[in-house]
Amino acid sequence: MKVRFWGVRGSIPSPGPKTIRYGGNTTCIEVRSDAGELIILDGGTGIFALAQALLKELPITANVFITHSHWDHIHGLPFFTPLYIPGNSVRLCGAHDVVTGTGIEQVMGVQLQYSYFPVREAEMRARIEYQTLRVGTVVEVGDARVSNTILNHPVINLGYRIDCNGKSVFFTGDHEPYFNIYDPGDEDYGEYQTLIEEKQRAIDAAVAGCDVLIADCSYTAAEYPAKRGWGHGSFDSSIELARRCGVKQLVCTHHEPTRSDDELERVFAEALSHFSPGPAVPSVILAREGLEIDL
Amino acid sequence: MTQIAPEIERKLGIVVERMPAFSKSVQKILEITRNINCTPRELVGIIEKDPVITLKVLRVVNSAQLSLPTKITSINQSVVYLGVNTIKNLALSIAAIGILPATNAAGFDIQRYLMHSLTTAAFARQLCSVYASNEADPGDCYIAGLLHDFGKIVFAQFMPEQFRQVLARNAETSQPSHHAELELIGADHTVVGAMLADKWQFPAALVDSIRSHHSPDAPATAMNDCLRMADLISRQLGNGGMEHPYREGESPINPARFGTDLGRVVAALGDTDKMMAEATNFVQAGMSK
Repeated sequence: MKVRFWGVRGSIPSPGPKTIRYGGNTTCIEVRSDAGELIILDGGTGIFALAQALLKELPITANVFITHSHWDHIHGLPFFTPLYIPGNSVRLCGAHDVVTGTGIEQVMGVQLQYSYFPVREAEMRARIEYQTLRVGTVVEVGDARVSNTILNHPVINLGYRIDCNGKSVFFTGDHEPYFNIYDPGDEDYGEYQTLIEEKQRAIDAAVAGCDVLIADCSYTAAEYPAKRGWGHGSFDSSIELARRCGVKQLVCTHHEPTRSDDELERVFAEALSHFSPGPAVPSVILAREGLEIDL
Repeated sequence: MTQIAPEIERKLGIVVERMPAFSKSVQKILEITRNINCTPRELVGIIEKDPVITLKVLRVVNSAQLSLPTKITSINQSVVYLGVNTIKNLALSIAAIGILPATNAAGFDIQRYLMHSLTTAAFARQLCSVYASNEADPGDCYIAGLLHDFGKIVFAQFMPEQFRQVLARNAETSQPSHHAELELIGADHTVVGAMLADKWQFPAALVDSIRSHHSPDAPATAMNDCLRMADLISRQLGNGGMEHPYREGESPINPARFGTDLGRVVAALGDTDKMMAEATNFVQAGMSK
């Protein structure tokens, strides 16, 4: 299996001289199975550069898994060039939206409206298939299996685990560790604590033992308290998750759009300074555009 | 009649779909969500006092489209699984439907209904903690109490003319509502409530408790017992309304669990005045507008 990063930025594209080393595109990760099956995790602006690269190997069959419907994870989709070329197949998978009652087709439909984009879906020439995923459903993609787990974000966010011939990658999308909404001493505190511990155990089981964990590390531990409830994790919370789950390599992503490359390296080094790498998590690195991991 | 035709079932589902929530919760939800920093616990506190919003939230989180790996039985659990923002937006979309009018064509007393549901919920939770803490979750018993009479609201909205006759019959005779419903409508509120809960894939224990809460031979599960006893105490304290007032000499609920002295059970609940006052506060503030 091979993993390649095309977009590692959170929230909004942030191009410019200060983000040139890690990149300013929003989330998009390409995963190739051993047999070469194409799995794309999220359709942030990074998907445009990926699309350009794919033009060399048409026709393609792409399996796009959307973690959640926030803009920075979908707004590259209309620029996924293979959608316009006959002969290509694109399968778009993602969660049901409980508030609007719509399936994953919404992430495309909402963008392809007259006022916002000049092309209608009917004019896209690739074969497009939408697959709204039930929580826990496994999708077979050739020699790979993609399973999902519901994580914690202001909109339903599925974390995806890809398994292929004994190797595994888990991508959180956006995820904030659970916290108790009650104060100790409140009547509901204990019950809520039990509920979040149960849920956390289920997530840990889904992440357990994976070779690569790609996790939302938006904040530093010091920044986090002011952002509690925004739906993002920190370097520390992701290192903790990786450690608990026996992950071999943690790749930190969803970099803050205001963070320059230098600052990113500084806060990352600081986060690592109060964590001792060892057998628990042998490797922790920063995601950057162009980074490739061979498994 | 214990079976309901699929067409009626579908129509009843739509009635609930379009049913607005109660005045106080709608006002409070609109009020607190204007503040971006509204706390999740505040929101949960409002939702779980409103049978309509609670029912609709549980319906969505237990839906087949999501098929979560576990049945969701409380609003707190819904927040853990879907996140507070999603629950907030669900609540807002329900609040946007409008407000359940205090009066309806059936002449059904909505405030009394709410008072009875809230007190039954609070008592059922407390009874579970005291008498059945290892057998059931007190939070689940609360939900059972909150939703047990939901079928009555459906009748009032869906078939007001027939339900008006039921209420008239209750006023004339001392026959409890569910007997008159069976006679005049063909199904009682326990059947309709359970049918909806089942249709929306609520946990089986909750569906069973709603279905059997007037059945003398209901299995003595913790949830059934706590719900039936809470219902009885709520009525004994004057919250039964004219459609099901408490009558001296009602058969005791599972003496093996609660003993035979109702006074002792009420005493074990603790401060019932406080629980009643909390419910009254919610109901009355809702009436003032």
